[in-house]
Amino acid sequence: MKDLNEEQQERAAGLKGLGCSRKRVEDARFTQGKGNYVDDIKMPGMLHGDFVRSPYAHARVKSINTDAAMALDGVVAVLTAKDLEPLSLHWMPTLAGDKQMVLADGKVLFQGQEVAFVVARDRFIAADAVELVEVEYEELPVIVNPFEALQSDVVLREDLAGQTEGAHGPRKHHNHIFTWEVGEKDATEQVLGDAEVVAEETVYYHRTHPCPLETCGAVASMDKVNGKLTVWGTFQAPHVVRTVASLLSGIEEHNIRVVSPDIGGGFGNKVGVYPGYVCAIVASIVTGVPVKWIEDRMENLMSTAFARDYWMTGKISATKEGKITGLHCHVTADHGAFDACADPTKFPAGFMNICTGSYDIPTAYLAVDGVYTNKAPGGVSYRCSFRVTEAAYFIERMIEVLAIELNMDAAELRRINFIKKEQFPYQSALGWEYDSGDYHTAWDKALKAVDYEGLRKEQADRVEAFKRGETRKLMGVGLSFFTEIVGAGPVKNCDILGMGMFDSCEIRIHPTGSAIARLGTISQGQGHATTFAQILASEIGISADSITIEEGDTDTAPYGLGTYGSRSTPVAGAATALAGRKIRAKAQMIAAYLLEVHDNDLEWDVDRFVVKGAPERFKTMKEIAYAAYNQAIPGVEPGLEAVSYYDPPNMTYPFGAYVCVMDIDVDTGVQEIRKFYALDDCGTRINPMIIEGQVHGGLTEALAVALGQEIAYDDMGNVKTGTFMDFFLPTAWEVPNYITDHTVTPSPHHPIGAKGVGESPHVGGVPCFSNAVNDAFRAFGLRHTHMPHDHWRIWQTANRLGLHD
Amino acid sequence: MSNKMHIKMTVNGKAEEFLAEPRELLIYTLRERLNVTGPHIGCETSHCGACTVTLNGKSVKACTLFVAQADGAELTTIEGLGTPDSLHVLQEAFREHHGLQCGYCTPGMITRASKLLEENPTPTEEEVRFGMAGNMCRCTGYQNIVKSILAAAAEMNAAKEAAQ
Ligand code: FES
Ligand code: FES
Repeated sequence: MKDLNEEQQERAAGLKGLGCSRKRVEDARFTQGKGNYVDDIKMPGMLHGDFVRSPYAHARVKSINTDAAMALDGVVAVLTAKDLEPLSLHWMPTLAGDKQMVLADGKVLFQGQEVAFVVARDRFIAADAVELVEVEYEELPVIVNPFEALQSDVVLREDLAGQTEGAHGPRKHHNHIFTWEVGEKDATEQVLGDAEVVAEETVYYHRTHPCPLETCGAVASMDKVNGKLTVWGTFQAPHVVRTVASLLSGIEEHNIRVVSPDIGGGFGNKVGVYPGYVCAIVASIVTGVPVKWIEDRMENLMSTAFARDYWMTGKISATKEGKITGLHCHVTADHGAFDACADPTKFPAGFMNICTGSYDIPTAYLAVDGVYTNKAPGGVSYRCSFRVTEAAYFIERMIEVLAIELNMDAAELRRINFIKKEQFPYQSALGWEYDSGDYHTAWDKALKAVDYEGLRKEQADRVEAFKRGETRKLMGVGLSFFTEIVGAGPVKNCDILGMGMFDSCEIRIHPTGSAIARLGTISQGQGHATTFAQILASEIGISADSITIEEGDTDTAPYGLGTYGSRSTPVAGAATALAGRKIRAKAQMIAAYLLEVHDNDLEWDVDRFVVKGAPERFKTMKEIAYAAYNQAIPGVEPGLEAVSYYDPPNMTYPFGAYVCVMDIDVDTGVQEIRKFYALDDCGTRINPMIIEGQVHGGLTEALAVALGQEIAYDDMGNVKTGTFMDFFLPTAWEVPNYITDHTVTPSPHHPIGAKGVGESPHVGGVPCFSNAVNDAFRAFGLRHTHMPHDHWRIWQTANRLGLHD
Repeated sequence: MSNKMHIKMTVNGKAEEFLAEPRELLIYTLRERLNVTGPHIGCETSHCGACTVTLNGKSVKACTLFVAQADGAELTTIEGLGTPDSLHVLQEAFREHHGLQCGYCTPGMITRASKLLEENPTPTEEEVRFGMAGNMCRCTGYQNIVKSILAAAAEMNAAKEAAQ
């Protein structure tokens, strides 16, 4: 773009386009309590559904007696698998090629599994009726450990008995789901065998949960007169839900309308299709009136969408000088009772093969084994793009362990192994083409900003003081450098249930020069209504304040795959820019007619077309819009609209450099975050205020996961963390202020160079917090300790290292 | 039904009167019965604060109060804090300082913050963080919420000074 003069700059600023920290248009309704979330939807005669859930993690369901429940005044129906079976809805396909029980069919496989669905006049009656449903269970042996599952004679999935072929290839055992391999096994083993130095470690990324503040829910309304089914719900991918609902129910897709109203946070929890949605739909079809289902917090944590639960065993080899030569990674992935991950079809372990991270590793091999256990299904991407968080955590821990093995500074080890600026586009050993990056610049900027050398010096002094008995606090310096892979994705290799992962935007310019744009994505707090208008403002020269953005209604929005995996800006954002360019192309023809010049004699100038060499002769976008509807222009259709479906040529690869300084009290295990510095490079920055907000939020979710948040089970498969009493969500009191910073390395293949940012802070944050804890104890011989690093576990680590003696 | 109680309360200045089962939870009274849907439900165990309202001058979590406990009470919810033409200073400040994302925690946050600033009109950052620790947010990481509240406090104090 050429430089703008002062007058042009003023006009450009008025557009509130790219780069403007525009205040959010969403906020007026939210700050006044006028948001419209699914639980706010009320319809005449609406009934309420509630689940009878299994108290056991593994049991046979001998009988279900619904008589007493049905006898309760106000109860309209109680659905069990038997009622769903004639409709073939007692099971449903998962997004991962497996199938999942909607209601217990013969047995239950995890605690909290849906057994029966009660439909009643209000929530209180429904809850009473749930208590009255009598279910007789016969307990079966419970397996909550994936390694044990692979040894056990107990068959968890009897429905799959004898099936040696799964959705992703051969199954090795009756509790095994798939093996996914990437890279060169023999070559990697060779490199490791020949290496001067090899570091090995098993890194467990514990099970946790995205836990948005609003739980999942839906309102289904079957209009039997018109044959139309409308479903409002907490859907991160409303179009996919419509297609799935059509395939499952047999109702033609044009007769189904799916609406995502305001969503109270998603973070991956609201990508999947859950039994509650299906039961609400069936119940509405059966009763002929609208049915609402809203899960409570305990149900949310116990049954919908866990994340992680990856046992990652790694070997990393290097020369004595620290140049990495090879990486080997094996993952045992605990998927719970059903494989319900929401990954693109060809990636049963998501993008775990980004586990070579930001480093130039010539040879690598990854194998992932998926395993069934008696735990809830899910495996969703909790604020990350398909297992990227696991991959980043793995490599950033392996780097630290290697640094210990080499007796080297971990920052320096990273520096000498970074992919160099001139190597982009970079082909990774595990199959990705990184689009752009400048890691060394980012790293140097980060280390300088925190005075890295000073920190190390202070840390060394602290260790000495500790040894002299002058302090009981250690200091950890956590480092992480991450590369994300987001914006799924190219239709050639990314699909969900066969649907290519493109996205879309449709724009209508109104005669008076304002506009509406609709997209296939759906905001859950990211501020799409604000930022997509900014992209468009810069493209078409209409102020963002005059552009309405609408998403989430499948009857009006163009088809798209939804919002998760930081794909909205990379994919739908690109569609928006390109649809805007189509508008501009037509506008140019109209302007040429109005100015009586040839198209090529015009040039674009912020918000208008100007005759080249005659700046006083121009037509603004507003004037052009009016003409588009009010003048007969030969050879040009009336109106000013455009639609774009964008199939990205590649993923985008945001990156960042984070540093955390932590003080740890060895006697209490309490950690205190003294400083957190986060440098993000998400390419072109659309709205810096929103980016910063996303970074704060993602880091806080990272802090939670690293320092305490987990879904824990006992040996009987009981969920030990079913409420906020035990499931850690940090409050304002526990969270530090973060220092944010950035570099800008645009994506070369994205129309505006943007890469996406929402998930970066989570991906990079978790290893950074964890590395800080581990680093604090490095001087005392610690190599690695598993997350979550809560006070008790930190105390235990200190104790094991003899620091309490 | 015979076990219903006769309840009276004032919600955002409006007198309400109805029969309710005593076990009805206040959050349902507000959301379902009175269509006051600003307060939300995030946990129903008193942890998250999404349901925060002001009851007789105190911040309470409406998810764990029975309607019977609010008989005769005066309640203020987010809907009672400002009007579209004249927003509460906190409502402006949250927008100005990006103190919200999905907006689900926001009504409870702002309602609580309004009380906090009455209790302590000149809080330090630490006091804000402590005073807001009963309200959880999953999106913002709190930094901008704290900023919004401190900015609102400053603005309210400046206005007070100017009025004197
Ligand atoms: S819903 Fe009341 S505190 Fe969470
Ligand atoms: S803004 Fe989403 S929970 Fe606070």
